[in-house]
Amino acid sequence: MEKVLKASHFNKYFTEPDRFQVLKDVTFEVNKGEFLAIVGKSGCGKSTLLYLLSTMDTEYEGTLEINGQTLTGRSQDYLSKFRNEHLGFVFQFHFLLPEFTTLQNVMLPALKLGKYSEKEVEHRAYEKLKMIGMEDHARKLSSKLSGGQQQRVAIARALINDPTIVMGDEPTGNLDKTNTGIVFDIFREIAQENHQTIIAVTHDPDFAAGCDRVIEMSDGIIISSHENQV
Amino acid sequence: MNLSITIQIAKTHLLSKKRQTLVAMLGVTFGIAMFITMISFMQGVNQFLEDSALDASPHVRMYNEVNTQRPALIDQLNRSDSAFNVIYHQKPKEQLSRLKNGFLIARRIEQEPGVLGVSPQLSTQAFYNNGPIQISGTIAGVDIDRENRLYNLKSRLKSGTIEALRSNPNGLIMGNVLARKLNVREGDKVSVTTPTGGTMILRVVGTFGFGIGTVDNTKSYANLSTVQEILQKDASYVTDIHIKMFDPLLALPLGKKLRAIYGYYTEDWATANSAILAGEKIRNVMTFVVSMTLLVVAGFGIYNIMNMNVINKIKDIAILKATGFEGKDIVLIFLLQAVFIGVLGGLLGLLIGFVLSYLLSITPFNAGDFLSIKTFPVIFDLKYYGMGLLFGLITTVLAGYFPSRKASKVDPVSILRG
Repeated sequence: MEKVLKASHFNKYFTEPDRFQVLKDVTFEVNKGEFLAIVGKSGCGKSTLLYLLSTMDTEYEGTLEINGQTLTGRSQDYLSKFRNEHLGFVFQFHFLLPEFTTLQNVMLPALKLGKYSEKEVEHRAYEKLKMIGMEDHARKLSSKLSGGQQQRVAIARALINDPTIVMGDEPTGNLDKTNTGIVFDIFREIAQENHQTIIAVTHDPDFAAGCDRVIEMSDGIIISSHENQV
Repeated sequence: MNLSITIQIAKTHLLSKKRQTLVAMLGVTFGIAMFITMISFMQGVNQFLEDSALDASPHVRMYNEVNTQRPALIDQLNRSDSAFNVIYHQKPKEQLSRLKNGFLIARRIEQEPGVLGVSPQLSTQAFYNNGPIQISGTIAGVDIDRENRLYNLKSRLKSGTIEALRSNPNGLIMGNVLARKLNVREGDKVSVTTPTGGTMILRVVGTFGFGIGTVDNTKSYANLSTVQEILQKDASYVTDIHIKMFDPLLALPLGKKLRAIYGYYTEDWATANSAILAGEKIRNVMTFVVSMTLLVVAGFGIYNIMNMNVINKIKDIAILKATGFEGKDIVLIFLLQAVFIGVLGGLLGLLIGFVLSYLLSITPFNAGDFLSIKTFPVIFDLKYYGMGLLFGLITTVLAGYFPSRKASKVDPVSILRG
């Protein structure tokens, strides 16, 4: 199996208000096309770990390697470009840009990447919206959408540049059962068919049960890692 | 590609908060409109005062300074330290204020480069009598065509013509305020008495007004030969040479040069009008201080609004950064908004400033006899409009830059974790 992410010996400290070690020597690897869930109680460090993996948080000890590239110690600009091209994000509180239409929200990261012309980007964005069943709302302002709809648009945005890894911080944490189901199915589909890797932090046991592998954390260390039999 | 996306985001931000954008814009608009109005008006006043002072005075005036101080003869002869000489009540020596070879000097000065015109003349104190009224003033004997070339007398005549003076040897062109005081008009006779006692009856053939009290109140023009006759001097007797240059600034070195060549005292316009020039400098400083204050206030307005904007958009900034926008993209997004506000507000300010200064320039203003203006003096100069736009832009860019830089330093993790 091809490894797309290697995290080795992660140590992370919070200094406010007191020095406190959040992550203790966390080491793991993720395979290509794997649908991975990170679970654990609140405060166990799973979100912190996700943000380290996302390259947005750069204050840590240890080394991070994604797609064979070492990302530890790189400049912010380099990491921005890297995120743009190789990583997609889905957050708990959807976080679309409210002044833009659904379509524009999906197109933004691709326009930033600048790999395709604007016409092609629009075409690709439409396809992603079709995949998640939101193409009818393409011209609506994103602030006019419901929470579940916004979260689906956020997934379309995360996928627009065909990233190697899609990361989700409680992607279904704010959704009802139906929408959770829809989001989960979309993740499942992109992991299986596009061989894109999914790493999601979740509280939802049902969500975790459907993943390929579950990493359980407690007090900053990985206490178990087991594969689900699907 | 990258620029177009940042422009698109900046545009969307501006349009989604129209009222806020407008308020920020109006700050710049107001600042620049006032800047334009003030500077146009102040420069108009400066220009007007300078023109009216300089128009009536020569760029260089050459004259023979009569110096009554002289050492006693005995002091010159007997300068021994042991003895001392006492002289009471020494009379000044009689000294003519004539310029020797005045016409020759004038002809030579005319050959100098940059000289617009030279007018040798004879100027003296005089009493004007009309019946019982007696008013003191000055009378200048001139070649009226030369004088016209220097001071554009034709355009300043209130009545009569300069041809009438040329054809009438006993003609007199009188300052209009002086004429009013004497209660004479074109065609009336006035008796002129000089300090040396000569008297002559001259006919007023015209009146002029420079718009400067001290000139219109006291001065008259007559033919050079007439004044020479009253003073009982020969035909080569002149006391002053007035020189006008094409470029007033060249007058200063020319004055020094002429003084060195001919040995007569020369006075340039800057020395003669140093009070006006000093006033001009002070007004300039005042204008700039007030204008800058207005622009700085407008700048703080923009700074506040952009700061609020950044705080409102902090989630959006975090998400943009998470999806791969770099710090400089974020700076650009917010800086573009500030520049847009600055440019549009600035242009609107230029327009309003133009309208205001136009309204001011047609507002009636009565300055009495002292100044010959009917409305406020205003200058319309493209330079000031360019300056206003430039200052407006600099202020907005500065005011926009600091919030933008703050925006680019937003830590997405702390925002996104909630």
